[in-house]
Amino acid sequence: MNFGASLLEALESLSSNKVRTGLTMLGIIIGVGAVIAMLAIGAGTEQAIVGEIEGIGTNLLFVRTNNEDVTNPRPLTLQDAEALNDPVFAPSIAAAAPIVQGQAEVTYAGQGTTASLVGVTEDYIKVQNVELSEGEFFSSVQINGIASAVILGANVAEELFGRSDGLVGETVRVGGQPFRVIALLKKEGGSQFGSGDDQIMVPLTTAQARLIPGAVKNEVSMIYVSAITSDAVVAAENEAALILRDRHNIKLAEDDFSIMSQEMFLDMASTVTGVFTVFLGGVAGISLLVGGIGIMNIMLVSVTERTKEIGLRKAVGAKRKDIMTQFLIESSLLSLLGGAIGIVLGWLLALGVGKIAEASDFLLDPIITLNAVLLATLFSAAVGLFFGIYPASRAAQLEPIEALRSD
Amino acid sequence: MTKWVVDAKDITKVYQMGEVEVHALRGLTVQIAPGEVLSIMGPSGSGKSTLMNILGCLDRPTSGEYSLNGESVATLTDDQLADIRNRGVGFVFQSFNLLPRQTALANVELPLRYSALNGRNRKQVATEALEAVGLGDRIKHKPNELSGGQMQRVAIARALVNDPAIIMADEPTGNLDSKSGDEIMHLLRKLNEERGTTLIIVTHDPEIAELTDRVISLYDGRIKE
Repeated sequence: MNFGASLLEALESLSSNKVRTGLTMLGIIIGVGAVIAMLAIGAGTEQAIVGEIEGIGTNLLFVRTNNEDVTNPRPLTLQDAEALNDPVFAPSIAAAAPIVQGQAEVTYAGQGTTASLVGVTEDYIKVQNVELSEGEFFSSVQINGIASAVILGANVAEELFGRSDGLVGETVRVGGQPFRVIALLKKEGGSQFGSGDDQIMVPLTTAQARLIPGAVKNEVSMIYVSAITSDAVVAAENEAALILRDRHNIKLAEDDFSIMSQEMFLDMASTVTGVFTVFLGGVAGISLLVGGIGIMNIMLVSVTERTKEIGLRKAVGAKRKDIMTQFLIESSLLSLLGGAIGIVLGWLLALGVGKIAEASDFLLDPIITLNAVLLATLFSAAVGLFFGIYPASRAAQLEPIEALRSD
Repeated sequence: MTKWVVDAKDITKVYQMGEVEVHALRGLTVQIAPGEVLSIMGPSGSGKSTLMNILGCLDRPTSGEYSLNGESVATLTDDQLADIRNRGVGFVFQSFNLLPRQTALANVELPLRYSALNGRNRKQVATEALEAVGLGDRIKHKPNELSGGQMQRVAIARALVNDPAIIMADEPTGNLDSKSGDEIMHLLRKLNEERGTTLIIVTHDPEIAELTDRVISLYDGRIKE
């Protein structure tokens, strides 16, 4: 029996009972729609996080104290950072900038907020992309002079002054002490990991001496290391490790520091979002399965209803495989059509979620990949075939005389 | 080649109805020559439908030998039987058994779809069959737009579209008024004369039986002499 004719016949048969066909397809539509939307949101989330991580620069390494595997690790110090800046022992390292981190109460004229505090050196702008909307970054004079100068993040400025421009020269209180505003950070917008908009920067020396309670002089929270090129990241990592092992007297033991590259963050992030996507896709897949069972149910009803038709077809010469093919085409068509509508629905759903995310200042652009569409199409066709097999073989096995006799 | 189109020897058919064995046919021998017009009569339960199912290759006998057109059918597989039904036998049913949503043309085309005939030829052959039964102007009509007599004509066109050796008609006039019934019988006879198709009519109506060349009367699974 030729395929085009079978396809037409299946379409006619499906369109003869539109309500039932629609309701049966609904299961697949929802299933495929959910899969598409979930995969798109998963991919969008991954993209957003990857973008965020790539934004911190491909050349960058993060050196932290290793608290997890080592008891009593030696803290990182300003001298460690200085040693990493040595161009002879660390030719692949362009700059190393230590920071200290903490929290501080910032107030202005009775308005107050708690901001995350970053103590930096003048080298900070060599490793991080600092964009100022006005003013100048700290000079070495200010760093060495333990100056009472502060750079405000955009949100902090908004909170205190109700605006984020023309504030250079104002005086705010940080931890109760007067600090002069010397610059404002440009607004970055939404971010998954605490935005620069909510932080304030002060000289590292000032933070250690006056703002972070219990801070030990010279000790730093973290050292940012930037490699001379993105190809030199591995070399920079090795040089930094050698220098720090030497300085911390580590010969065979576990390192008491850890060096993280952007790539490691990317790996971590893609592992997390991968699990997230698989989980969402799995949940959506279950609804697709339920849709498939709906198809099987309806196809069984349809076989029973059309027993006489099947008997007639067999009487005029239809073989088992002809009947089998007819019903399989019907069930696959049902789920393929449902799949196509589901893809559109999923796309709309993903767009909607994207809009909601945008409205709530969370950058998420759902991505519908060709792979997801192909996967959904193939999967829905497979669902139709698989759940069509049982009803179709029931139809094919009907005895023609029994089938003709039924009413 | 044998001279019989239907050559059935000592056919029995036993059905299992739950615990009870039903002997529908008890050793029945019948031979039918090509071009013969024959009717099978008998009260209900006499086995005439069973006989028709077996002669039409819809069912297999429990024992006995049956050759259709010289080909022994007892040992054939289901698919081979389907092939024989497709090319060698045409069926006409009491209740027409047309596909309700398909046009007359599509209904007549149905057997051709299951044989290896390509699309264009199918339409042409089916149209010719409809013209042969006098419905050349109704090919696009659906069954619910046709009268009972016209529907049965479509069914006859469907039965003869593959030019089979025999046409089996099971109470072909049973659902028709007497005028349409007569027309159908005349049509069947005309086709028999023009094409030499063997015609087997199952009926309980003596008037129909009178219009055939030979009558086989069944009683209790046997031929009543």
